Amino acid sequence: MSDIAAQPAPNLLANGWIKAGLIVIGLVAAALIGARLDPTGTIHAIFVDPFNQMVQAPDLLAQTIWEGLVSGVLYALIALGFVLIFKASGVFNFAQGIMVVFAALTLVGLYEKGVPAFLAVILTLGVMFALAVTIERVVLRPLVNQPDIILFMATFGITYFLIGFGESLFGGNPKQMIAEQLLLPKGAIDLKILGGIVSLQKIDIAAAIIASLMIAVLALFFQYTRIGRALRAVADSHKAALSVGISLNQIWVIVWFTAGIVALITGIMWGARSDVSFALEIVALKALPVLILGGFTSIPGAIVGGLIIGIGEKLGEFYWGPLIGGGIESWLAYFIALGFLLFRPQGLFGDKIIERI
Amino acid sequence: MNAHSMAVAGTPVTHKGEVLLSVENVSLRFGGVKAITDVSFDIRKGEIRAIIGPNGAGKTSMLNCINGFYHPQEGRITYKGVRRAKVRPHQAAAAGIARTFQNVALFKGMSTLDNIMTGRTLKMRKGFFWQALRHGPAMSEEIEHRKVVEDIIDFLQIQHIRKLPVGKLPYGLQKRVELGRALAMEPELLLLDEPMAGMNLEEKEDMCRFILDVNNQFGTTIALIEHDMGVVMDLSDRVVVLEYGRKIADGTPAEVKADQRVIDAYLGVAH
Repeated sequence: MSDIAAQPAPNLLANGWIKAGLIVIGLVAAALIGARLDPTGTIHAIFVDPFNQMVQAPDLLAQTIWEGLVSGVLYALIALGFVLIFKASGVFNFAQGIMVVFAALTLVGLYEKGVPAFLAVILTLGVMFALAVTIERVVLRPLVNQPDIILFMATFGITYFLIGFGESLFGGNPKQMIAEQLLLPKGAIDLKILGGIVSLQKIDIAAAIIASLMIAVLALFFQYTRIGRALRAVADSHKAALSVGISLNQIWVIVWFTAGIVALITGIMWGARSDVSFALEIVALKALPVLILGGFTSIPGAIVGGLIIGIGEKLGEFYWGPLIGGGIESWLAYFIALGFLLFRPQGLFGDKIIERI
Repeated sequence: MNAHSMAVAGTPVTHKGEVLLSVENVSLRFGGVKAITDVSFDIRKGEIRAIIGPNGAGKTSMLNCINGFYHPQEGRITYKGVRRAKVRPHQAAAAGIARTFQNVALFKGMSTLDNIMTGRTLKMRKGFFWQALRHGPAMSEEIEHRKVVEDIIDFLQIQHIRKLPVGKLPYGLQKRVELGRALAMEPELLLLDEPMAGMNLEEKEDMCRFILDVNNQFGTTIALIEHDMGVVMDLSDRVVVLEYGRKIADGTPAEVKADQRVIDAYLGVAH
């Protein structure tokens, strides 16, 4: 046994939990003191009242969380499309949002031209494959070995091209997603729980299930197959991947096609909840805070990040929104992401950035 | 190792076999910079061929030309009797040319096992469909290749790091994993770019042994770039010497060592 006196005193603050605990205690103390000195009740309204509401009406809380969960799943799907391409080619694909719109528009457009619904899905997949091949040939291949920022800018080009192309083909008017024809359920299930009614849209349940299945399949594919391994290899080192005989061109087509499939599914699900229009592209930007939260290279990160943003957003809107006149849903996600950037820039699951000097 | 070097010293010119790869009058420029100027040499089947020269002599550029990373502006590269115009790296790999890199290029996030498995990419030919399902033929294929990879892991004595992500391994072991990945391709021609750079003596000896074993046991033809003269003289059957992108000598280690131009290039010459 060593002499205890000779050991340095343990630094309590080095332990993250203790640190966090102290901060929480500090916040609570500040809140208590604040409540005394708070004649207008502002602090009460921010720090106490929302939680009171949550406890008093648990059914409303459950409803809010469920809605957050569903939009979270859809954010996660969009983010997944970004992560796939970023992992395999190091390109931040700004066009993922418009790919969602384009896939959904193609599907609906084909249906309106008289193609049966399921045939339209298959044809749309064909279109997404053609798009992947075209992007690889026309955009990526000539830009091999260029700095990432150039490829990033190129995806802006793809975005604007797809907007114009989509509008000229299908028109700019919002369209109705053919949810019924694709046998997606309609209506809602009302659960009588927690002293009230929680209403679950069937389409939301379907979206959650389909999204989970797809994520599981993708994860298995990445982890255990030759092509999955090749994708991860390309993500790590282009020249080493080339040297073992992996064709970058082939991999890029596969990745962009996979992102296209993800885009189509996202488009169907999102379109079924609202409608299919170019406004959807703005929603896709929500994937940015999701990615900042989850890390750009992590599939689980995209999922967890999506859920956090989705739920956080809905809770914030419902309980805190009225305090400042509502509408915070549109920016709260970015606000959360900003907090993460300050304290954990690599995201929850991203690879920690270690630079040797 | 000693026995081998004596054998080499005992045979004045080792004609191990027919020419596997020949480089004829190759020139490579980057803009105005001449990396390689009019270099010709050949690599015979089954030999260990060293490419040496001072820094910036164009050694790595030469390897890059051979495996298709660079396309020389002039000259010809003939591999297995076929002249190759603008070969792409994955085509070179498919033709049986494997390589390692000067600054280890591994897939850092992946385990040793997975890294070496990527070397089997071209040997695995079951379709995308089965791959996606991860069933039927793709599954038995996976197992079959896994066996080959395990043999390579045994051969290189890296069983203890099979499941570790390679990014965290010490440099010497990373180089060994990289060799393993190249071996998994079952190459006919193995290009090693400074396989012993940054290693300590013990690691170098291990690596020398592996290179010789690969050459002897599998009959793999090896072209290597190395700075350690002792290693080069011990290992190689023939040596080609580059300086400022030009070939200044070509022959057995003994011949090259005695060549005045080589001595000048390495020791400097009074002007």
